[in-house]
Amino acid sequence: MKGIKKVLVVGSGPIKIAEAAEFDYSGSQSLKAYREEGIETVLVNSNVATVQTSYGMTDKLYMVPVTWWSVEKVIEQERPDAIAIGFGGQTALNVGVDLYKRGILQKYGIRVLGTPIEGIEKALSREKFRETMIDVKIPVPPSFSAKSSEEALEKAEEIGYPVMVRVSFNLGGRGSTVAWDRESLRKSIDRAFSQSYIGEVLVEKYLHHWKELEYEVVRDSKGNSAVIACVENLDPMGVHTGESIVITPCQTLDNKELQEMRTLSMKVAESISLVGECNVQFALDPSSYTYYVIETNPRMSRSSALASKATGYPLAYVSAKLSLGYTLEEILNKVSGATCACFEPSLDYVVMKIPRWDLQKFEEVDTSLSTEMKSVGEIMSIGRSFEEALQKGLRMLDIGEPGVVGGRYYMSTAPKDDALKKLSKRIPYWPIWAAKAFKEGASVEEVYKVTGVDRFFLRKIENLVKTFEGIKGSKLDLEKLKYLKTLGFSDEQVAVAINSSEEEVWKVRSSNRILPNIKLIDTLAGEWPAVTNYLYLTYVGSEDDIELNSTGNNLLIVGAGGFRIGVSVEFDWGVVELMKASLKYFDQVAVLNYNPETVSTDWDVTRKLYFDEISAERVLDIVNKEKYTYVATFAGGQLGNNIAKKLEERGVKLFGTSGSSVDMAEDREKFSKLLDKLGIKQPEWISARDSGEIRKFVDQVGFPVLVRPSYVLSGSSMSIVRSEQELEEVIQRARLSTRYPVVISKFLENAFEAEVDAVSDGKGVIGVVMEHVEEAGVHSGDSTMSIPTRKITPVVQDLKKISLTLAREIGVKGPFNLQFVIKDNMPYVIEMNLRASRSMPFSSKAKGVNLMEMAVKGILQGLDLDEFMEPESKSWAVKSPQFSWTQLKDSYPFLGPEMRSTGEAASLGTSFYDALLKSWLSCSPNRLPKQGKIALVYGKENIDSLREAGQNLERYGLTVNTLDFAEISGFDVVNPEDALSLIRKGQVDLVVTNGYMKNLDYNIRRTTVDLNIPIILNGRLAKEVSHAMSLNEMTFYEIRRYGGGI
Amino acid sequence: MTYCKRGTEGLIYLEDGTLLRGCGFGAKGVRYGEVVFTTAMNGYPESMTDPSYRGQILIITHPLVGNYGVPDPIVRNGILQNFESEKIQIEGLVVTEETDPSKWNSSKSLHQWMVEQGVPGVSSVDTRLLVKKVRTLGSMMGVIASGEQVEDPRKHIELRYDEIDFTRFTSPKSPIIHQNNSPDIIVLVDCGIKHGILEELYKTGFTIVRVPCKSSADEIMNYSPKGVVFGNGPGNPNILKDLVKNFSAVMEYKLPTLGICLGHQVATLALGGNVRKMKFGHRAINKPVTDVSNNKCYISTHNHGYGVYKEDIPPDTQIWFVNPDDGVVEGLIHKKFPLITTQFHPEARPGPNDTTWVFQKFKKMVIKDEGN
Repeated sequence: MKGIKKVLVVGSGPIKIAEAAEFDYSGSQSLKAYREEGIETVLVNSNVATVQTSYGMTDKLYMVPVTWWSVEKVIEQERPDAIAIGFGGQTALNVGVDLYKRGILQKYGIRVLGTPIEGIEKALSREKFRETMIDVKIPVPPSFSAKSSEEALEKAEEIGYPVMVRVSFNLGGRGSTVAWDRESLRKSIDRAFSQSYIGEVLVEKYLHHWKELEYEVVRDSKGNSAVIACVENLDPMGVHTGESIVITPCQTLDNKELQEMRTLSMKVAESISLVGECNVQFALDPSSYTYYVIETNPRMSRSSALASKATGYPLAYVSAKLSLGYTLEEILNKVSGATCACFEPSLDYVVMKIPRWDLQKFEEVDTSLSTEMKSVGEIMSIGRSFEEALQKGLRMLDIGEPGVVGGRYYMSTAPKDDALKKLSKRIPYWPIWAAKAFKEGASVEEVYKVTGVDRFFLRKIENLVKTFEGIKGSKLDLEKLKYLKTLGFSDEQVAVAINSSEEEVWKVRSSNRILPNIKLIDTLAGEWPAVTNYLYLTYVGSEDDIELNSTGNNLLIVGAGGFRIGVSVEFDWGVVELMKASLKYFDQVAVLNYNPETVSTDWDVTRKLYFDEISAERVLDIVNKEKYTYVATFAGGQLGNNIAKKLEERGVKLFGTSGSSVDMAEDREKFSKLLDKLGIKQPEWISARDSGEIRKFVDQVGFPVLVRPSYVLSGSSMSIVRSEQELEEVIQRARLSTRYPVVISKFLENAFEAEVDAVSDGKGVIGVVMEHVEEAGVHSGDSTMSIPTRKITPVVQDLKKISLTLAREIGVKGPFNLQFVIKDNMPYVIEMNLRASRSMPFSSKAKGVNLMEMAVKGILQGLDLDEFMEPESKSWAVKSPQFSWTQLKDSYPFLGPEMRSTGEAASLGTSFYDALLKSWLSCSPNRLPKQGKIALVYGKENIDSLREAGQNLERYGLTVNTLDFAEISGFDVVNPEDALSLIRKGQVDLVVTNGYMKNLDYNIRRTTVDLNIPIILNGRLAKEVSHAMSLNEMTFYEIRRYGGGI
Repeated sequence: MTYCKRGTEGLIYLEDGTLLRGCGFGAKGVRYGEVVFTTAMNGYPESMTDPSYRGQILIITHPLVGNYGVPDPIVRNGILQNFESEKIQIEGLVVTEETDPSKWNSSKSLHQWMVEQGVPGVSSVDTRLLVKKVRTLGSMMGVIASGEQVEDPRKHIELRYDEIDFTRFTSPKSPIIHQNNSPDIIVLVDCGIKHGILEELYKTGFTIVRVPCKSSADEIMNYSPKGVVFGNGPGNPNILKDLVKNFSAVMEYKLPTLGICLGHQVATLALGGNVRKMKFGHRAINKPVTDVSNNKCYISTHNHGYGVYKEDIPPDTQIWFVNPDDGVVEGLIHKKFPLITTQFHPEARPGPNDTTWVFQKFKKMVIKDEGN
């Protein structure tokens, strides 16, 4: 395409449910594809934790809100020739449509790359999509659109119940729901309307237990197209595809079904004039050849990222090339290195995706899976049998399951009915419940009836149960062991079945060289020799595809695994940066990871990639087969650290800090003794095994205390306890035992929290000190962070001194993060982690110093320091948490010591308030409230800050109301019912509160988030944000101008 | 021993000495044939009944095969809708895992079907290893055994694939007529036709007369056809001298002619071009072909072990389709006669339906010719 010298790529902003790290991957690929053509790239993305927001990926970077008004500011300065809106999820697509509708693109003469806006609109409006489908004779489910609740109810009668209500122009199926009768429809319809971007919903026939399928289509500007993958959902229609366990290629379709729907998917692409990539969803009757098209996403999506990783076909890269006018035939298949992109991958393995949920962290949340997405991450597993892929997948989730069978629930005494009940309620991770049901005698038909999962897959799970039960108590022979391995059994599972230990099974296996084979993903099922190193391991097969490396100085980096709350794209950043930084020191650097959303699992970024489990067993298998001088476990968060000790014990050399040093910091008792020895203060704490110990401790230190029950047993989360009564409840719930003690510590009220991100070589430290806006007690992941510090500046030198002392004493080699509480100018250490931290991409980008690069230097060359060195701040940087309350249906929004945010955004600014306001506005649904509207300000904690916030908001131009049960003096009081009605009527444009008052304000908070009205849940933050609003001074510069960026 | 769910062992042997032991399924027995692989991930009932696979042991690269079982045959107008011929044509099947089916229209399992039809299968072997051998060394002869001891597999190889005329097993003995709305006749020279081709031809509205592969030009012309189709079939085209001769004779009549697969190769030979054995052929449903007249790219089904290379095309023909990956000629258009050919399978089955328009193009040629 001629005349394109500069492209503006729109990112997806902070991670929220349904818009996650897959857009870091697709955005990165698009940037690479454009830069290869000599085109200058300008990226707009506030997601500081991503890999794409660095100069290795883009020429220019604007870390500002991903909204039309913000992007317009960037356009004014940069004057790009074209804009790419297909790589930043729905957020980017919405921004593109907004810019177009407001005439901004036209005004600056900017071309939209890829699918034209008209095509996008056809795909995104349900009604337009349906009309388009009917025009081109593509079957769609019987349905009607409605513009009001009354109309929706009327239409539902015509179609007949059950019906499905879908929202137009949405993310993650938000606001869509199944109604079995008139009453249930009436209950959910208002919420559906409130979610609709264009005030329209679709009422359609609910296809109970129909199969759901997705096709990934690429199409070029000349109309050539190819279908890259068919993805089969195991969960039936009615479970959002993001919530479904899926398999690719499609397993239960015959040629007629597969091809007829394939042809239609290409027709759908044609009907929206697609240039690039889209996915098309189908519903298929499980007992006839009837099928319907459900929807299309005319952009890179979660499923296209998955399809890329599953097949090896780089959809985003190809899509970006197509957007420049190339044809499929002109693009080389980078995997084979010999064939063109006009082909459809063939797989000689199967791939499964299993979502990861974190629902136990939320109070009142609806835990059954439905048409809305609630999962916070996903894993992808590769195997050459269904059983192998599924069992690997369940282990990859890192939820304590050893596979499909043999886990805690499986081995429990729960009866069949309990398992069937869990299945029918669609509680996450259904294969575990299904296995238990089979073990307790349920038939395939019984399980089918409650799940709608194809019997083909259920039989396979039933067979796993039979196999596992069949070997119970038997002696292990090597042939049997090999066979079990082809079905994906882990050493631990085998040990459980035969009453042995995991170590024993491992020993038998490794001494007999029963090891998995390393196979190549080549997009062509072996037909052509491939040139990449995209690998997985399997026991189904008898030879390795690669020449095993047996010499050289090699490094294996362990990735972060599946994302969940607390572990997200920031750890993938760590993995990628570590990989890049270590390339020059090693002959070979390989990555082991299994998260399909990530950049680190892009075979085009990683020199050698094992897409496989992260477990001690699998790492040992790899180092047993191939020579790795070191294994790095510190970059990907806690997952790596958890296996570090075991690896070291079995002879693996760890890169950086030793396993025993890690243990010294992570074992509470040991760490506490060390702090005492060094004279460093810490909040008092005990590990209690019975209620007597707890009471004695509380008598000593007094309320409030922070209670951290063992999650393994109680499933309940960390909480701050302020009274006898609360303590009693917590003790009840925690189910104390000697095996799972409860950790209780003194909670310091109204204290500041700060942390240090740093690296050390055991002598010196390079680090960054960050201050939280919220007080201690709000989880650091849910806190707003500032660089440089503001209120704790007097003690910064103390924090640095403590960091240096600890790093030297423990012998830290590599990255670490140290958390402090500061009360009355006295720092207390609360936690130290000897690994990359969540905030490291932020601290690195704020200061313009890549801490992960420093870590490698520190480990291998030393830092040449004998002090704590903090790079100078040239501006202000603020990081804000992104919550997904809206998506987490029924959950009660509040902040506490348990992390609940799903992502983060950051901005740099010339002042703290400049950075804060942009950072806060980067998180959805935050926006500047409309002057003249109402702000509701109430709460039970941080009263003074809340009052100040209210005054700021009045100054900004809002009417401030407060609530009678949690009044903030100085404002008009309304009762909860009136407040609720004001919120519903759209008169409230901001809610500000603090504290936990579930019994009093559940409906207010819930309605606020359901209606996408901004809510601030902390007084101190509210005070600062409201002040920033009243100043309303924002700058929009390329981040180098702020002295940041790496 | 390997854990085998049917308690039967099996093996696959390649001429180069490769011997893999796994589990047996399907019929018990020992068979030999040329070992080839397909990368199609489903459509095994169609592939296994494709007469072009006659004389070959088929490896399916996707690891799970048999998931949706085998349906009862559906016949319309004498044409099978869900199989490519009346029986399993392959000599044996090699898969990673042969699965137990679940599907509303499945009447039997893959295993049961193969038992009934007397075809042996081997599972639980590293199919990717085999594919890499074939990819590197080229197609070769091999032996498959299920449930039978084999002392020296080499002894079971009686003849070379390239030397056998398989069409005598796959071609009908006498003509078969598929009466249609139009009395106008298309003669299809049936050397082992896929019913997918029959179906697509039938959809053009003409009455289809299938004549035996060895039919002479006179026998063909006796039907006064409006067009002639030379279809697919098994084996080496270079040994089908009579067929090539008959093709030349039919060409004299300048009738609209369509050649598919073997038909494309026979046309090439008849017109003075060359057809060569390929290293391991194309057997897949994901292959690109580019229409060189407009640079449009299509995804298509391939099943050929012999091919026409650019330097080998006959005089007075031009390349219609080419495979952009290896340059193999995938279709020809004659500059003087109304002849078009495709090496790939526009009828797909199994595979994508992106090129079924080729049959419409042929139909137009016939109608236009009638007008003249």
